[in-house]
Amino acid sequence: MLLIPCPWCGPRNEIEFHYGGQADVSYPEDPDSVSDVDWAHFLFYRDNPKGVLAERWSHQAGCRRWFTLRRNTVTNEIHVDDDASEAGAVTR
Amino acid sequence: MTPRTPGAELPEHPDWLWHSPEPKKSYDVVIVGGGGHGLATAYYLAVNHGITNVAVLEGGWLAGGNMARNTTIIRSNYLWDESAGLYEHSLKLWEGLEEALDYPLLFSQRGVLNLAHSLQEVRDSVRRVEANKLNGVDAEWLDPAQVAEICPILNTSEDLRYPVMGATWQPRAGIAKHDHVAWGFARELDRMGVDLVQNCQVTGFERVGDRVVGVTTTRGAIRAGKVALAAAGQTSVLADELGLRLPIQSHPLQALVSELLEPVHPTVVMSNAVHVYVSQAHKGELVLGAGIDSYNSYGQRGAFHTIEREMTAAVELFPMFSRAHVLRTWAGVVDVTPDASAIMGLTPFDGLYVNCGWGTGGFKATPGVGWCYAHTIAHDEPHPLNAPFGLDRFTTGALVDEHGAAGVAH
Repeated sequence: MLLIPCPWCGPRNEIEFHYGGQADVSYPEDPDSVSDVDWAHFLFYRDNPKGVLAERWSHQAGCRRWFTLRRNTVTNEIHVDDDASEAGAVTR
Repeated sequence: MTPRTPGAELPEHPDWLWHSPEPKKSYDVVIVGGGGHGLATAYYLAVNHGITNVAVLEGGWLAGGNMARNTTIIRSNYLWDESAGLYEHSLKLWEGLEEALDYPLLFSQRGVLNLAHSLQEVRDSVRRVEANKLNGVDAEWLDPAQVAEICPILNTSEDLRYPVMGATWQPRAGIAKHDHVAWGFARELDRMGVDLVQNCQVTGFERVGDRVVGVTTTRGAIRAGKVALAAAGQTSVLADELGLRLPIQSHPLQALVSELLEPVHPTVVMSNAVHVYVSQAHKGELVLGAGIDSYNSYGQRGAFHTIEREMTAAVELFPMFSRAHVLRTWAGVVDVTPDASAIMGLTPFDGLYVNCGWGTGGFKATPGVGWCYAHTIAHDEPHPLNAPFGLDRFTTGALVDEHGAAGVAH
């Protein structure tokens, strides 16, 4: 069970959250010029590292806001000592 | 269930079933991953294509990954033609596998019930039954009374929050003893001269241009005419070594068993809505599974609340389970694709083949995967049954969207 530090509400139990996958996946700047291959990568391909992954979580049962945190996918260690877990980080 | 003499059908201890050779410097084919899929692929490379200069490299111990961690359910009642083709081919192979391997797999065609708990689920299920029939897959739609006849311990009363409104029924579905399946393949491969190399972790690939010509391992470099990945949840980590990005995400999938109980549960029951699936192993454990944990993970464990939800569903559907004790819980690392279907076929690298993305459903496909993947490797082109499961479908958009029939939330 993860103890997840919501930037607004503080540490809460994992069951209060919804997982949103990899963070910082940007919508194409110019959608009309994107090739099929690039669309496929935008839609379906995400990093899957054995190690630290920046990911989106939503505090579904609390403030309902989204935020980014960095978590180690092997040890579940959550890194809160860097910019990525700041409240303001929002993916477009 | 007829009573059996305990242990009567147990085979020899695995230590005596295969050797543990030192890896040679070179092979025609190197298979990365010594689980069910890797072993079955090596088997059909030998049997169907006469290729035996093969090594199966396993980072840990033989069949100690997802092969040792799944809930052993075998069925072919998927929705789409592509999936039905592959899983039904696999089920037909299961039906002759004990004879082919001359080894007891405890393959038991006790049937599977996929429950429906809402009007929409009823409609979707009936649609799937009709789709199955068109594909030559045995399937029936059962009303709650018929469900109760097949599985009397199931709570089919209308008092449940999500009452059982009926179920699809595949009589030829069932379970097999997963360890025995691996050991049966391994014994036969050993006899045929295939090297089963354990504690040999693949760390990278050797390349000449866009051709993969070998692997680097914790036991030295090994040259290979062809390299076939069959490493389930670890596949992205391997592919990263080549800069090859794959549309898979690794998640923990938990399972658990109860203590040994008298035979009480005659079939396999799955429910997508309240989310639990359960069968009773030959020895007597209730074997239960549910959906994946939501987040990516390579740790072979998940969170307790997932188990809690699964148990809640199980106890509501099977009130008698409330007195059973949980003996063990564990997790496998499953590789999940965006359309809940596997990826099997060629890669942008010559001499490199990929089989991954089976998510929560790889065990049932074991012999079918072996058959089709061996063909893909031997002929350098996919077998017609796995052609729709190529990597290119994520670009063409020809997805095989099996979320509805995959049976597990992911």
